[in-house]
Amino acid sequence: MDTFLGQIAPSLREVGSTVGFILVASVVLEVVLYLILGVLFKSKYTLAFMLVAPAAAGLLVLVVYPLLWEFNLSLTNMSLRHFGDKAEYTWQVCAAAEPGTIKNWFTDCLIPNYADVFRAPVLKQVYFLPVFLRTVLWTLVNVVFHVAGGMGLALLLNRPMRGRGFYRSLLILPWAIPQVIAVLAWRGEFHFEYGYFNIILTHLGLDPIQWKTSPFWSFFSMCLTNIWLGIPFMMVILLGGMQSISGEYYEAAEIDGASGFSQFRHITLPMLRPVLTPAIILGTIWTFNLFNVPFLINQNELETSDILVTALFRAAFQYNRYGFSAAFAFVVFLVLLLYSVLYIRFTGGLKEVTE
Amino acid sequence: MTTPTTQALRARPAQASDRPGLLARFFRARRGDSPFKRLLIHLTLLMACAAAVYPILRVVSVALRPGDRLLSTSLALIPPDASLENLRDLLTNTNFLLWLWNSLVITITTAVVGVVLAATSAYAFSRWRFPGRNAGLIFLLASQMIPAAMLMVPLYILAVRLGIIGTYRGLIVAYSVTSVPFSIWILKGYYDTIPRELEEAALIDGASRLSTFYRIILPLSTPSLAIVFLFNFTQSWNDYLFARVILGNADRIWTWALGLRTLQDQFRTQWGQFSAGSILVTLPVVVLFLYSSKYLISGLTLGSVKG
Repeated sequence: MDTFLGQIAPSLREVGSTVGFILVASVVLEVVLYLILGVLFKSKYTLAFMLVAPAAAGLLVLVVYPLLWEFNLSLTNMSLRHFGDKAEYTWQVCAAAEPGTIKNWFTDCLIPNYADVFRAPVLKQVYFLPVFLRTVLWTLVNVVFHVAGGMGLALLLNRPMRGRGFYRSLLILPWAIPQVIAVLAWRGEFHFEYGYFNIILTHLGLDPIQWKTSPFWSFFSMCLTNIWLGIPFMMVILLGGMQSISGEYYEAAEIDGASGFSQFRHITLPMLRPVLTPAIILGTIWTFNLFNVPFLINQNELETSDILVTALFRAAFQYNRYGFSAAFAFVVFLVLLLYSVLYIRFTGGLKEVTE
Repeated sequence: MTTPTTQALRARPAQASDRPGLLARFFRARRGDSPFKRLLIHLTLLMACAAAVYPILRVVSVALRPGDRLLSTSLALIPPDASLENLRDLLTNTNFLLWLWNSLVITITTAVVGVVLAATSAYAFSRWRFPGRNAGLIFLLASQMIPAAMLMVPLYILAVRLGIIGTYRGLIVAYSVTSVPFSIWILKGYYDTIPRELEEAALIDGASRLSTFYRIILPLSTPSLAIVFLFNFTQSWNDYLFARVILGNADRIWTWALGLRTLQDQFRTQWGQFSAGSILVTLPVVVLFLYSSKYLISGLTLGSVKG
């Protein structure tokens, strides 16, 4: 309690100074922009640039600059051993190597980290390809169950009935509670002796499952947790989409004698597309990049349960191979970028973006 | 910031609200499901609800167990000798209140800063076709694909070099900025639905561009501002990764997510305290969420369902 009371003033001071810093930086930026664009060039977009400037500066400093810097890092041999001084890690990874030992200058000296992602284990034992395939499987399983479960529940809820709001509020709960808590609670349920699942199995006279040491069951438990977490979001999104479909379509279909299923197939599904497509795309990217669930369920135990982002975290912060993990990160990013570019090509969706 | 938020939560969203009513009335008039089908639907929904709620109830149940029986194979939801012992232990023996306070301070600050940054930029993106606008929008979209773990390495090393490891500063700046792209998208989508004629009329009457923004656009978009605030709030409130990397090992400045994990993580897991803490952290968020979920969704789908 005393530590709590003692900490209030310092923390407020720290927050205050941070906000003050942001304010001062923004004001300086705006004045400079105004002087350059407004006074010097008399641009008609002065105000627009001034409005964008603070956010743009923030993104430049915290996203673009770190990314460029990380790219630089990915070409070096930086690790915990070469952390402090700039001179200690270099681009010329094999400058000191004996002549004749270098087989391929490009992959061994220029981009050794990128080559290592594919030719050496990314962690202690696992290679890139299995981790990548596991990530794809993880994404696929989760998104399929999220969409199927969410669609099923939304269809059930999309009708006049008693207790609709009640069901909706309860079903939304897994989305509403903080993810960290939900995942840690689930992790507890996979405890060998005191977890819910093994208690049930023992009651049924079956052998309890080694949730945390068997690679298959560990992966299974991650998927189960995330499916539970993700269904409500899809349900709510799809329900919102369904409610914006005009009832006249169904009325017409009813008169024509269409069955419930064909109404779903020919009215609900096509009309939901504007909602469903972005939800699936975002869901895919979010699941692919999801950190909390795999990390907190597995907690750096089984390497065979790592997906790409947790492997990335482990390579950087458990094995401290900074240069290597920077290269690894770019490979992961490129995979996602490729997916998105293909998707945009496929749907021609870029026009809508900038419209 | 609190007044517009609460106002917005009370205000009804522009479009989605009257539709379900119409639709519901329409369906009721048209057909009634057969009693058997209705029963089946209710049964399915009840089962789904049980699956959604049971894991949460288990947490409550563990929180209520007395300390000497935390690890039990009983499946009873309310233990026969329920007590609040765990809650007391949590508040007296750990820094939980401090963690909660840290989270609260950081989260509110970042949510406010994030909304201000996004609201102004989104206005520029919505109303001007300035050079670099399209590139900017595509960048905002592409930045959603960057895994958070990818930024960790450079941000960590930069934070070490700048000496802001173990302080709030780095965390506040990082949180405020990372949620900006998504917020800009939501807000730009909403601004686009506000007719330009409103501003043009005001401009003719001699108002400046900035004052039309403050007097017309901002008041009209309070629902979406509230949504963005809520998103930013929950995002930093629930974050674990950034906090873990930037706040480091001093538990004085931990957020609740870091603190609760250590309670659950160690070899002698403090299950009871973890659960009690979880409930305290969760309750306010769930209440806020249930209260505003309707608006959250209308804000999310507004951009994609046009007409």
